Amino acid sequence: MHTVVLTKGVPDFREGQVSFDEDGHLERGKTPTVMNPNDQFALEAALQTRVRHGGRVSVMSMGPPGYKEVLQEAMESVYADDLFLVSDREMAAADTWATAITLSAGIEKLGEPDIVFAGFKTADGETGHTGPQANWCLDMPLVTHVISLDVDEDEGILRAKRLVEGDIEEIETVETSLPAFVVTDPEFAPSYRSAGDRLTLKDLREETKARAENYEDHLTVWDHTDVNLDPDYIGLDGSPTIVSSVDPIPKAPAEREATMVDPDDSEAMDDVLEAMQSALAGDAAAAGGD
Amino acid sequence: MTDYEHYEAIVVGAGPGGAAAAATFANYGIETLVLERGVEAGSKNVSGGLIYAEESAPYTIDDLFPGFREEAAERPITTYRIHNIAGSKVESFDLTRLHEHDTEWSDAVLRRKMDSWLAERVHERTREAGGGLLTDVHVNGLLREDGKIVGITTDELDPITADVIVAADGVNSELARDAGLMDWDEPEEWFQGVKAVVDMPADVIADRFDVGEDEGAAHLFSGDLFSGVRGGGFLYTNRESLSLGTVFHLDSLVAERAEPHELLDAMLTHPLLGQWLDEDYTEVEYSAKLVPDSKKVALREPHFGRLMVVGDAAGQMQAQGPIIKGMNHAVSAGALAAEAYAQAKSRNSPEDAGTLYAKKLKREGVMQKLRPQGYELMRGITERDSVTDLVDSVLTSSVGRFGVRALSGQLERLYNTPALSSMIPDTRTPYVTLPTVIAEELGTRIRETNDVSPPDLEARIENLTYDTDIGNPHITVLDNSFEASGAAVSACPVSAVDFGGGCYREEFVRTNGSEERVVSLDTQPCVECGTCAVVADTEWTHPRGGKGVEFNQG
Repeated sequence: MHTVVLTKGVPDFREGQVSFDEDGHLERGKTPTVMNPNDQFALEAALQTRVRHGGRVSVMSMGPPGYKEVLQEAMESVYADDLFLVSDREMAAADTWATAITLSAGIEKLGEPDIVFAGFKTADGETGHTGPQANWCLDMPLVTHVISLDVDEDEGILRAKRLVEGDIEEIETVETSLPAFVVTDPEFAPSYRSAGDRLTLKDLREETKARAENYEDHLTVWDHTDVNLDPDYIGLDGSPTIVSSVDPIPKAPAEREATMVDPDDSEAMDDVLEAMQSALAGDAAAAGGD
Repeated sequence: MTDYEHYEAIVVGAGPGGAAAAATFANYGIETLVLERGVEAGSKNVSGGLIYAEESAPYTIDDLFPGFREEAAERPITTYRIHNIAGSKVESFDLTRLHEHDTEWSDAVLRRKMDSWLAERVHERTREAGGGLLTDVHVNGLLREDGKIVGITTDELDPITADVIVAADGVNSELARDAGLMDWDEPEEWFQGVKAVVDMPADVIADRFDVGEDEGAAHLFSGDLFSGVRGGGFLYTNRESLSLGTVFHLDSLVAERAEPHELLDAMLTHPLLGQWLDEDYTEVEYSAKLVPDSKKVALREPHFGRLMVVGDAAGQMQAQGPIIKGMNHAVSAGALAAEAYAQAKSRNSPEDAGTLYAKKLKREGVMQKLRPQGYELMRGITERDSVTDLVDSVLTSSVGRFGVRALSGQLERLYNTPALSSMIPDTRTPYVTLPTVIAEELGTRIRETNDVSPPDLEARIENLTYDTDIGNPHITVLDNSFEASGAAVSACPVSAVDFGGGCYREEFVRTNGSEERVVSLDTQPCVECGTCAVVADTEWTHPRGGKGVEFNQG
């Protein structure tokens, strides 16, 4: 069974890592790039499939050469077999549509994987479009918000539990033929209930240690000619999205008038009590408005 | 049944007993799954600890695991002394002869390092035979079909069947109890040990204990420093730390309402220890463990159906006076159990494995060490209260004291006699009265000062690593009345009277005008020793895999 996981490098938004300039714009140069946190669940789903059914896990990303380390991180965390980076100046500034076209071309070049996994939206773009749009190009059955899954190899079927409308209160079980495209929900949890699976997992961990150290030996970088894409359809030129402006989220209007009161100043404290009483009386009047 | 995952052999617990069993199975090419509940082998294990390789043993740890001493052990013990203490008077005997009797070698060990090293070797070897070792899996019981044991159940995995199951799951073995082979009923059958691992650079150890790079010292302590509780203390040198601990009969701890950590402190702060410890005393880890008294609980037939029990789980812990040997017997037993199965299978009667294992334990002399005949013969007389009172009153009388003085030249030799050690009765005479009288009559007053101030219980608990299974306590108090479970408040090594941060607390609940004295339990600081399973009315299990306390030294 061959699975492909799509991943993306995003700014590390954790406190202490991320840095913004005076205007509140993200300083990319000063903020480290990490693997998109939601992609972890997609990687875990692929790993579970690999542990239970064998085969190979490929991880693919589109982005600048610096994403190599993100791919290395992906390899370490889920014991991926090979890594693919679709990277080209022509691909820069792509929106989700152009990214989806690029990634789907990369996937097609890999052959016909049994399952493609993507995480649920990225920490920077937050659109959640790229996975489903890539699948629009690939035209496979699509299952989103997946929280658990199992594959019946003999029947060529994938069974998944998914959140309906992304709501943890409502779960449905769906079945689809393979190959399929799966978007994992952050609620996804892998399950290893057999000793055999856990031993396989341990083997994979050992094997990966050596592989991840020399991850570049397992990394393939493709440019637009490798994946046979016309520069007009990728990168900024291929992006129909027009960003008219970006507004920083306004700060909460917390600039209320405040007066400092010394608790030992009894006169001032009387004023405080009075103010509170009148405020409460006002509330009571409002509540009793009918 | 065909639906279950199946291995030919399952070994539960990756301590020395489990490791020996698994390695032996692997040597026979038997597909073996080893399940360990800790995050790493050794993270749930505590021992004194000295490991012995006995000349008479059928298997030793370095036979089974070449490189063990270099890679997994601390210092070889080359000096062995016992100190008889009365107040600040001390009379010390050299026990090196007893220590070296039947001993090929003996090394101090720290269990996290030792067991995790063993586990790596075990995984490599069992993996070759189609099995392997998994951590973080808590085996919680036996799987039965038509009343027969066919496998095991766990918290983390679906049930697994096996042709043979070796329970090496320690002193609180859930499998031995599920099979009805062990219980937690009588405090008389158990010891409880507490231990502090203390930082000390190698050059300081060399200087203070007068030992070379590959030498080490062991010191035992007995006498009146433990408030009359039956037991004693030990000090072993590791590479760059000391293991200092105390071990007491659990019934005696309960009877005296003694606080184990205070008894440990009594030893740590005794003037005698001033020569080795100073105000720089830095405790790295506080730990505790229940210890079976093999004289009373070692199973003569440690098997039931497909299940064979080894090590502490089968009560195979020899604590006879200054002879304290457990891990070596677990190693012998584990390897013998696996060997018995392999041989029974080759005779097409794998169902005879258990009986054959028990026979081997006897034939190889293991059972005789665990349950010495001398003790069996003598205990009927020596452990009667009236006899103890009589012996003690004679010993402490001028006649007894004269005898001790007269024997002064011979006492050290007597202490070095293995046959005598094996007969030592479980009374206050050998643990308290005799050492006290020896020290009073023959001892020298210690002038040294001891500047150690041990951390209090709160600090000790704070220093431990826990992954608490929140909302899922592994111990439940069934009867919270003080009569039924109150003994745990003082006997629990991480609880104390008037200490609010421990496992067990005493509380007064007012109902309808009357006041009830009860105990409450919070398992957060639990060190999983099992003491409360014996002294209180509880439903006791281990935490789920990877949860609970994690010892970094052990």
